[in-house]
Amino acid sequence: MGEFFRVLTDNGQLFVDGFTNTVKLFLIAAVGSLVLGTLLGAMRVSPVPALRAFGATYVNLVRNTPLTLVFAFLVFAVPKLDVNIDYFSSAAIALTVYTSAFICEVIRSGVNTVAAGQAEAARALGMTFGQVLTLIVLPQALRAMVPPMMSVFIAMLKNTTIAAGFSVLEAGAIPAYMAERGEPQFAVLLWITIGFLILILPLVALQRILERKWRVAR
Amino acid sequence: MVELSQASILYDLPGPRAKRRNAILGVASTVGIIALIAYIGYKFADTGQFEARKWEQFQYASVQRELLGGLWATLKAAGIAAVLALLFGAVFASARLSDKWILRTPATFVVELFRAIPLLILIFFGYYVPLQYGWSIDKLWALVIGLMLYNGSVLAEIFRAGINAVPYGQTEGAYAVGMRKNQVLRLILLPQAVRSMLPAIVSQLVVLLKDTALGFIITYPELLFVGKQIGGRLPFGLPYVPTYLIVAAIYIAICGALSILAWWLQKRMGQSRRTAAKVLPAQSVGEDSARMV
Repeated sequence: MGEFFRVLTDNGQLFVDGFTNTVKLFLIAAVGSLVLGTLLGAMRVSPVPALRAFGATYVNLVRNTPLTLVFAFLVFAVPKLDVNIDYFSSAAIALTVYTSAFICEVIRSGVNTVAAGQAEAARALGMTFGQVLTLIVLPQALRAMVPPMMSVFIAMLKNTTIAAGFSVLEAGAIPAYMAERGEPQFAVLLWITIGFLILILPLVALQRILERKWRVAR
Repeated sequence: MVELSQASILYDLPGPRAKRRNAILGVASTVGIIALIAYIGYKFADTGQFEARKWEQFQYASVQRELLGGLWATLKAAGIAAVLALLFGAVFASARLSDKWILRTPATFVVELFRAIPLLILIFFGYYVPLQYGWSIDKLWALVIGLMLYNGSVLAEIFRAGINAVPYGQTEGAYAVGMRKNQVLRLILLPQAVRSMLPAIVSQLVVLLKDTALGFIITYPELLFVGKQIGGRLPFGLPYVPTYLIVAAIYIAICGALSILAWWLQKRMGQSRRTAAKVLPAQSVGEDSARMV
């Protein structure tokens, strides 16, 4: 037991640095994928066929590609195209590119959960497009979107660990450093698990609460 | 012309003015997309990605054999992990559905825990911990154990949701005609549940197949790992870009085929009236979407 705590106290700085970078990576990629995902989602529900096709192609290609491959492409192949980005930015871009496809789907299906009759009724009352969108459709769609959006972000938080394979010091990279220092890996991995539980459990709880509170009666 | 069934609630069937506006937007966005693709093509040409020597090695039987070897390693890991994950899921789902808390509580704990831990960390448990004690464990098994624990937990939730999707009246009816618990499960619930959860199971298997690429990080020689080796060859001008494009095409072809199967199953099951159980959507139960973690 003493050894278990010693692993953390002896290597505190490494754990702090690792988890700080995990959170940084998570926040940057969350904002990035929210922006790109919303853009793609808007494309997929737009009246322009070319944009719809582009959005659908993006989503279908990215969803059937392993995230590790996206990482590998950015880290090993993109420099060969004379585009030089540091490892941390590559990781943030990889997570953004991948997660956007899932955000896009959440947005699309969120909009689709609103019954067409709602918008028709609103138009029949003489509302303008802007009113239909802001007063009738979006409030219902957003309620349906937020819980699945949370679970996409939870999945992304876990996916940040993949950056460990691509020279970014975040929580997932700690075991490799500890292996060099000869620390007992079981204890190291337990501490990383505890770290992730601390980060994830509040998010899971929030998601459950939102799911219960924001359920839309249909 | 937008068909009514596809019409979004966000806009009406376009009138003459909206049609003109959409046409202009359509042309503008097509030009934009083509320009983007052209720029990427230019960047490829400019940095010599179309050079023959970067591509010619894929004609060699030995390189093709290497890629096939990687693909085989990927499929082997995915196949073993899929079987084990389905078993794991079945055991833990039945424990979670049990009337006895002594089974239910630990099963709930295990399932929730393994869904919350990043998959890579689970794989590291299988990889680094045996190393610490000097046991030699095959990298294949480190990968398979991680995949089994994570996907097995997700599958347990899918199975549970599938059983719960059968309306409770069916169970009541079955008990009323004198069936025993085991009969109710075997004859009434399972046949309907399997149909309703098939799309979700297939799409979870796509997730599992994609996640085998994490084997790259523990240097298990799967497809992506082989791709890195082929891409790093100096005599061929470090053909990382062509190699990863080919690897991506292989992944997209296999996972895409499975995704289409899941989508087709969902559509088919959704139409059939042979079961009262509601079909679990293929996409809403997966690694990165609704009700997960």
